[in-house]
Amino acid sequence: MPDATGLELIAREVRERVADDAVVGATLAHGQAMLEVRPETIVNVLSYLKHDAAEPFDFLASLHGCDYLPEEPRLGVHYQLLNRVRVERLGVKVRTTVEEPEIPSVVDLYLGANFQKRKVFDFFGVIFTGHPDLRRTHMPEDYEGHPQRRDFPIGGEPVLFTFNEHEGPYRDA
Amino acid sequence: MPDPVTGDEVTGDGSQVTGLGATRADSNGAPNPLDTPYRQREESISLSRMEAPISGTQVEQESELFTINMGPHHPATHGVLRLLLTLDGEMVREMLPIIGYVHTGIEKSCEDQSYWKVIPFVERMDYLSYYFNAMAYCTAVETLLEEEVPPRAQYLRVIHMELNRIASHLFWLGTSILDLGAMSMIFYALREREIILDLFEMSSGQRLHPRYFQVGGVMEDIPPGFEGKVREFLTIMPERLDQYEALLDRNEIFLQRMKGVAVVSREDLLGLGVTGPLLRATGDPWDLRKAAPYSSYDHFDFKIPVGTVGDHYDRYRVRMAEMRESLHIIEQALDGLPEGPWITDNRKIALPPRHELATSMEATIHHFKLVTEGFRVAPGEVYSAIESPRGELGCYVLADGSSKPARVHIRDPSFSNLQSLKLMGEGSLIADLIASIAMLDPILGGIDR
Repeated sequence: MPDATGLELIAREVRERVADDAVVGATLAHGQAMLEVRPETIVNVLSYLKHDAAEPFDFLASLHGCDYLPEEPRLGVHYQLLNRVRVERLGVKVRTTVEEPEIPSVVDLYLGANFQKRKVFDFFGVIFTGHPDLRRTHMPEDYEGHPQRRDFPIGGEPVLFTFNEHEGPYRDA
Repeated sequence: MPDPVTGDEVTGDGSQVTGLGATRADSNGAPNPLDTPYRQREESISLSRMEAPISGTQVEQESELFTINMGPHHPATHGVLRLLLTLDGEMVREMLPIIGYVHTGIEKSCEDQSYWKVIPFVERMDYLSYYFNAMAYCTAVETLLEEEVPPRAQYLRVIHMELNRIASHLFWLGTSILDLGAMSMIFYALREREIILDLFEMSSGQRLHPRYFQVGGVMEDIPPGFEGKVREFLTIMPERLDQYEALLDRNEIFLQRMKGVAVVSREDLLGLGVTGPLLRATGDPWDLRKAAPYSSYDHFDFKIPVGTVGDHYDRYRVRMAEMRESLHIIEQALDGLPEGPWITDNRKIALPPRHELATSMEATIHHFKLVTEGFRVAPGEVYSAIESPRGELGCYVLADGSSKPARVHIRDPSFSNLQSLKLMGEGSLIADLIASIAMLDPILGGIDR
């Protein structure tokens, strides 16, 4: 993990190389470094961190979403980057609103983000603009809603048996 | 009359006159192969030529693309994986994996459980490596709480995780070889896995999904006699591994199905986020137990097996060697098992010992609070990763200050690794695709959650 100084250096480099206002915040909590950037700049930031940084973070370990209800903007997308030489992890996160949940896709940079992005789209409704194949992964194709959002109720989906199958949404199928 | 397979002309008595039948009897008076002893004939057969595409025959002219569903209920897909295949004869031209058939919303359910009740849920994700799921989650919560785990608990965790790694690889071995058509291996592999499950039953009362790891340590100390049973297993297992290798490593059919098949380069795998034995088979010694040691892994002396080419054979060899290394780690952990508590004595997190409840009012209050509400975690978010039998198993936990996590996300290695199936499968024979799924070792419970 980069220490406080290392994280500050990375944040400064990103500000210099990408845009002055690209970095929203840099936090170091529980020994883990997290850089929050503005959604519009995410492609440039990740491109810089992967290709041009002095210690490049070339491996995308995980991409996942979360819902910060009741904070605004609610939706968050995390990119867990890894520098395999120095064994350092850096989290990059973007926040976006439920009303306009659009984030540029970085699938050209990290091919492995393909499935994980589709999963974030499926469960949180974040639309990755420019993604080549943004379909649902887990839920049925004709499913309505994004079940991992915090305002989606647990148990909102009826469990269908023979006696109550007519209550289900797919009864004509 | 053309032969249906080769397209060669076959004469009335069944002997071929052209094409592949170089060793067959022909009309020129060459020796009849049926006269030579069976064993010698067998040696002259090369399986490699059967994989060459048939050219210049009627078969090719009439070929057309054919789209077919493989799965979700296919015994060789290791669960309920559905592959939409576009076939050109026996060749796979395009492949689209479709998942979600065993999606049960575990991550959503976790948000409605207090922290310690989440453990049984996450254990059911990747149902062959349950100890690892629990470990990833517990380390994430311990990081959030900044709670130290006692050394004995760390060692006990290592022992159980490595036993679980062997059990998981044994199940992979049995089912994979079964997919390739060898029936007997699964009986041998499951026989040894049974010993490990008995050990799990001894330490926690459960054979699968034991809920043995707790936030701050493990549920109970190992019972008397557990160490002896593990040591017994450590003595018989290397011999059994030798037996498996004797069965497989000189099996011509197995080697032909493995060697040089579905080679994927290291760069491609890294780009796709593939980790674990698949990546190590290409010669990249990336193992989180070494790279970023957790739970006292830096105390143990073990090697990271790597391959050279990155084909199926390397993937098989890497996993076999990993089982031996796991045995080595367990032995060291038993030898150096420290004395002391097996769970943290922080009463705000771990249940007080049973005997305290009869004498201490405070213990009763703590017990009541933990069982009814659970402990609260200050707001924050962490991502912690460990090395599961299939690669990097990460767990992201978002805490909002209450006694329930606001988000639990498991980065399952099978989910990322599945993306490499396209590289392995496209352009290969359909039979090799079966081998590729087997060697990929996906667990659909982990992928779908």
